[in-house]
Amino acid sequence: MSGSNEISRRDFIKVTTGIVGGLIGVAIGLPSISYLIDPALREGGKDAWISIGKFEDMQIGMPYPFSFTRVQVNGWERTSSSFGGYAIRKSDDSKDLLILNSRCTHLACTVNWHAESDAFLCPCHDAKFSKEGQVLDGPPPRPLDVYDEFRLSEDGHIEIFFKAG
Amino acid sequence: MWKKVYEWLDERLGLNDIYTNLLDRAEPKGNWWNTLGSASMFLFVMQGLTGIFLTIYYTPSPDHAYDSIQYIMEGVAYGWLIRGIHHWGATLMVIVVFIHLLRVFVTASFKFPRELTWLIGIGLFLATLGMGFTGYLLPWNQRAYWATTVGTQIAGSVPFIGEFILKALRGGPELSALTLQRFFSAHIWMLPAALAGLIGVHLYLIIKHGESHFPTRED
Repeated sequence: MSGSNEISRRDFIKVTTGIVGGLIGVAIGLPSISYLIDPALREGGKDAWISIGKFEDMQIGMPYPFSFTRVQVNGWERTSSSFGGYAIRKSDDSKDLLILNSRCTHLACTVNWHAESDAFLCPCHDAKFSKEGQVLDGPPPRPLDVYDEFRLSEDGHIEIFFKAG
Repeated sequence: MWKKVYEWLDERLGLNDIYTNLLDRAEPKGNWWNTLGSASMFLFVMQGLTGIFLTIYYTPSPDHAYDSIQYIMEGVAYGWLIRGIHHWGATLMVIVVFIHLLRVFVTASFKFPRELTWLIGIGLFLATLGMGFTGYLLPWNQRAYWATTVGTQIAGSVPFIGEFILKALRGGPELSALTLQRFFSAHIWMLPAALAGLIGVHLYLIIKHGESHFPTRED
């Protein structure tokens, strides 16, 4: 093949097979990768405003318990997760609320309001939080989480903004 | 640089020998009917790859089998493509393997010294049919359910040991979760392992004996 532009029949077949094979590989390979990593590219569940109870039912200074469930669809299966917390009304102003998440910041057990000790107690490792959510005793590394985005709906319900994930 | 790397590898792996024996071996005069074996193997590899990918989302339980396939078809990116290739590739593979078998029969290529190649080929054909039969149940829809009911019932009509065969296939007297699970196991482990092993011997024999030439008037 010295000095000539012609390629032999053999080489032509080799090159053609290589190109066609490569094209098929790309046409199927790229969608396959997309198929594999698809779940990683998805957004989590949807954010939502969730009603936790009527504002007028909450007594000033008394932690008002609430709970709600979120359903997450994973592929062909639905998983529901429960969430809860306490709303503490401080005055007549609906913005003057402290809404605590009852998930213990230590290892995620659920804390309960204990009126006699005037504190939230965690049944798992004896953690103790004040009415404001501050750590009074036990192993938690930080105060209780706070739902700081909330609003009063037109029909008098307090709604919190729930961020998925 | 690359040449040196290649030469180092070739000295130890015998890459050139493999190439010569696999891809550069002497062939009788070219004929498209002789390509059906390669086509069958290509389909086998294709079914293997798409099948492995399907197991990422498929789940072989009566509660979820149907839903998981719905999810593959509608929820996952290119799931329809992967399953489509597997679905149509299955039909195509049965057809191609069967025509390959017919070609070998018609050209009398099964004669000495290739009797074993032929017998193993029959085994490969039966295993391919087994793949089709077991794979058909996995979508767990009405068609799959009743096709398997009928198929296992036919196997159960064998005299004397029919009932045993039926129970062994179904994992009990009725079609159940056990049936789905064992069909799945056969479909992704037992039959593919048998196919891969038999294909290995089949290929070895073909390379050893070379391909048969087409019979002429003198034959």
